Amino acid sequence: MTLVDHVPTTRRGQGGALLAASVAWVVAYRVNGPVWDALLYDLLGLDPAARLTGSLRFFAYDTVKITLLLVGIVFVVTVLRSYMSVERTRALLGGRREGVGNVMAAGLGVVTPFCSCSAVPAFIGFVAAGIPIGVTLSFLIASPMVNEVAIGLLLTLFGWKVTAIYIGAGLTIAVVAGWVLGRLGVERWVEPFVFETRLRGEVVDPARGLTLAERLQTGVEEVGTILRRIWPYLLVGIGLGAVIHGWVPTDFFTRYAGADDVFGVLVAVGIGVPLYSNAAGVMPLVETLHDKGVPMGTLLAFMMAVVALSLPELVLLRRVLRPPLLAAYVGVVATGIVAVGYLFNALLA
Amino acid sequence: MIVKVLGPGCANCVTLEKRTRQALTDLGLDAHVEKVTDYAQIAAYGVMTTPGLVVDEQVVLQGRVPTVAALGELLGAAARP
Repeated sequence: MTLVDHVPTTRRGQGGALLAASVAWVVAYRVNGPVWDALLYDLLGLDPAARLTGSLRFFAYDTVKITLLLVGIVFVVTVLRSYMSVERTRALLGGRREGVGNVMAAGLGVVTPFCSCSAVPAFIGFVAAGIPIGVTLSFLIASPMVNEVAIGLLLTLFGWKVTAIYIGAGLTIAVVAGWVLGRLGVERWVEPFVFETRLRGEVVDPARGLTLAERLQTGVEEVGTILRRIWPYLLVGIGLGAVIHGWVPTDFFTRYAGADDVFGVLVAVGIGVPLYSNAAGVMPLVETLHDKGVPMGTLLAFMMAVVALSLPELVLLRRVLRPPLLAAYVGVVATGIVAVGYLFNALLA
Repeated sequence: MIVKVLGPGCANCVTLEKRTRQALTDLGLDAHVEKVTDYAQIAAYGVMTTPGLVVDEQVVLQGRVPTVAALGELLGAAARP
């Protein structure tokens, strides 16, 4: 018996369960800060001004906060997204020219439920259906880059302005990068078997005909899957955040990685690309680094580099893309991210 | 009947295979369960979101992992001619 099997089947039961879960979530989110304060400072009598205590409170508070946000965001997004599917996206993109197609593909990349483990069959399915390679790449770039967890976390931690910038920048990179790669005439750098694949059988749309109970079940299950997969990254991210929070002087980064620093963004992207984590693992770091004076453009570039370009995904894409195209893919996306970093450091400063 | 689980080996694919075998055992169906991990073959079935489930060369499910009970209904319906 798992939690999933307890999703009620009646409308009334579902409403009740959702209401109870929402109330529990809000209460937990609200008492998170006060409970740790009472426990650490009043009950254990620790000194709030001490570095170690500060780090300890940051770690405890952020672990609970990010986990709660993650549970809420992943559940809501999964249930909403269960009405969309890659099949529907492909049908919407069919027959679109480059340009319009790139813009649509990037937008659909954000709302379509998609896991990078499906990147290869989706790539083949799109290309076999006659969708241009540049348009397909816009979809594949936007999907991890404009990440729903990152949107939710940015919105709660930094407000709508930074979130809007993040979404706009991510979409622009996906559209431009896909369009540029399409213009390069990259067909010859795609593995030939992709073009030889003939589709047979009827397409089963996974979004169609689900009951609300099934959609809610999918939501609960996805929360479990995500938490099981990313908790080590989450703890490492919050741990690093806690250390920086307590031990790095406030003006350290302002001095060494401020907005007027020429190399800040390049260094951030250089560190971010090989680093394999996810939005939830990076956010505690972004939060503390922001407190310590690292400019937002540099941080957005760092986060995008971590989530948009990852070695495991590149290894998967190598099955369908030859090395020159793979290198061009990484180069174009990384260049876009660097440009966004500098642009927003200049705009937000 | 021949049941194929399509998936390159992600966590969801492993779960789907496990639940499919469980559902088949519960139904008392004698089926041959195969795993298809080759991308070209997966894509040829028209499946773009893994995992996928194919019963006697018909795609019956893709992109999600239903509960054992729901899989039982699906497989039971597919087994009846």
